[in-house]
Amino acid sequence: MDLGKLLQAMVERGVLLRRIMYVVLAGLVIADILVPSKYDRFPWESVGGFGAFYGFISCVLIIVISKALGYLLLYRSEDYYDE
Amino acid sequence: MSEVLHPSFLLFTGALVVAVLRGRLQQGCLLLVAAALIWLVFSLPGGVFGATEFLGIELSPMRVDSLSMVFASVFAIITLVGAIYALHVKDTTQHVAALMYAGSALGVVFAGDLVTLYVFWELMVFTSVWLIWCRRNPTSMAAGFRYLLVHALGGIVLLAGIILYYLDTGTVQFAELENTGLAFYLILVGFMLNAAVPPLGAWLADAYPESTITGAIFLSALTTKTAVYTLIRGYPGTELLVWLGVVMALWGVVYAVLANDIRRLLAYHIISQVGYMVAGVGMGTIMALNGSASHAFTHILYKALLFMGAGAVIHMTGRAKLTELGGIYRYMPVTFLLYMIGAFSISAFPLFSGFVSKTMVVEAAALDQRAWVWLLLSLASAGTFLHTGLKLPWFTFFGPDRGLKPREAPVNMLIAMGIAAFFCIFIGIYPQWLYAMMPATVDYQAYTSGHVLWELQLLLFTGVGFFVLLKHVGGEPKISLDTDWVYRKAMPAMAGAVHRVGGGVWRASLGALVRKLTRIVATVSAHHGPQGILARTWPTGSMVLWVAILLAASLLIYYL
Repeated sequence: MDLGKLLQAMVERGVLLRRIMYVVLAGLVIADILVPSKYDRFPWESVGGFGAFYGFISCVLIIVISKALGYLLLYRSEDYYDE
Repeated sequence: MSEVLHPSFLLFTGALVVAVLRGRLQQGCLLLVAAALIWLVFSLPGGVFGATEFLGIELSPMRVDSLSMVFASVFAIITLVGAIYALHVKDTTQHVAALMYAGSALGVVFAGDLVTLYVFWELMVFTSVWLIWCRRNPTSMAAGFRYLLVHALGGIVLLAGIILYYLDTGTVQFAELENTGLAFYLILVGFMLNAAVPPLGAWLADAYPESTITGAIFLSALTTKTAVYTLIRGYPGTELLVWLGVVMALWGVVYAVLANDIRRLLAYHIISQVGYMVAGVGMGTIMALNGSASHAFTHILYKALLFMGAGAVIHMTGRAKLTELGGIYRYMPVTFLLYMIGAFSISAFPLFSGFVSKTMVVEAAALDQRAWVWLLLSLASAGTFLHTGLKLPWFTFFGPDRGLKPREAPVNMLIAMGIAAFFCIFIGIYPQWLYAMMPATVDYQAYTSGHVLWELQLLLFTGVGFFVLLKHVGGEPKISLDTDWVYRKAMPAMAGAVHRVGGGVWRASLGALVRKLTRIVATVSAHHGPQGILARTWPTGSMVLWVAILLAASLLIYYL
């Protein structure tokens, strides 16, 4: 079995993989709404699909805040410490 | 130590033998020592060994209990994995340093008192720094010296703390430490520096990416995790650590967004993951402490796997930056898949090891009703998958094709990665194996529909966010400032300023002095110089005249 060829074949069917992923994502949220939550320590734990919302928001927040910090404060050229 | 063989002793002796052997014999010896270590550690009986008194201080150099065994077992496993991964390296210094470093780390986790702990703590610094220097370029030399200096400073703080603690309490036994004021906090700072807690943690992301390919495996596993061990042992329930842990978890995530060097990205995610452990120590409940210990165990295995994958890429391509890598999944598919097992583990995907340990710390926050801690640790969890599971592999193995055609990594590297990957999946599927080792009985169910659904949603929708923002998440050919800026830029700049100002003042005062001296010399030379009044030649006549006057005067005085 040529693992590299197999991966390449998967990459070439990227559109199909993406569609499968959409179904999985939708299925997850639906399952979370349908399955009654076992936990109620925090109010949001019983909200179906909150994990999906929080994951997406976290990702966007992390990228936006970090990049902003980078450009405003932290980024320097690669030879900054060599000068 | 008559009753049992101390694992550190085995490793130090092994290192000596490895030092004199070469070639196949050296490789064989390396593997033999590492295999013997696993056998030795897993067969150690519990108890305190070699207890002795030195200068009136009670020492217990070797204490084997469940907490030290958690760390010793995983240290032993990773020593074997690291030895296999480094088998092709023909650099005796590195092999010797790695074995001695592992021996020192084991010495720390088995130390029953603070004096023994301190000795091994310092040995860790002096053995590990060679794994950075052995990269043998100017950058790693400089990074190694910074690493050495920062840890030397941390060691002094720790030693001061230990001495004060002994004066305060009259004991150096290492158990949960009493809050005696200054001593308690000095020791805490010493431990926190090695755990890379910000703002003391910049040494990690500064030094680890400059280490040798194979040395990074040992570095990523040992120093921070011995520090986590000491925190679990000495500081359970120290509220301050909850928030420092949360800050750490987020700190690592932010810097990982900005990182371009793949091993620097992974180094920042050590800081992030150790944040969970530190937060768990701070919460101090049984669930939280078990979570910290088990997360340290799984973390060492998956983080080593990630560093091995990144190391294999650097080893085969000679490149380490996201902006210079890409499109190599076709050529290194095995490395890619093994790396992804590590990535799924650190991200806490169900069926992978991180899921059964990280969620325990987060669950402990939920049971404690710490909403902010829970939310922020979950956010950091999303960030972990974003970088280690998406950004790094995407831009290294996929992304833009840079025309690289590396061969697959050497077999020994793949075997080492395979062993680590096996443990990542094994623990994920069969967490009871891990839970049975924990210091306290684990009363936690990782695989509930609630946990699995939550975690899968969190991670997969993080993936959605990643692909939506794909254009903005790639590496940039830049570096980002961390707190090491203070001693790499600010302090040298300050020293430069002191040099300039001080030099100016010195030169000005010297100038004033010289002017004053010149004036004195001029005056003296005016009177005594060749043209000076006192240096003129006197005619004999005036001499006779003066003698006559003096004689006349003395005659007059005689008659008066």
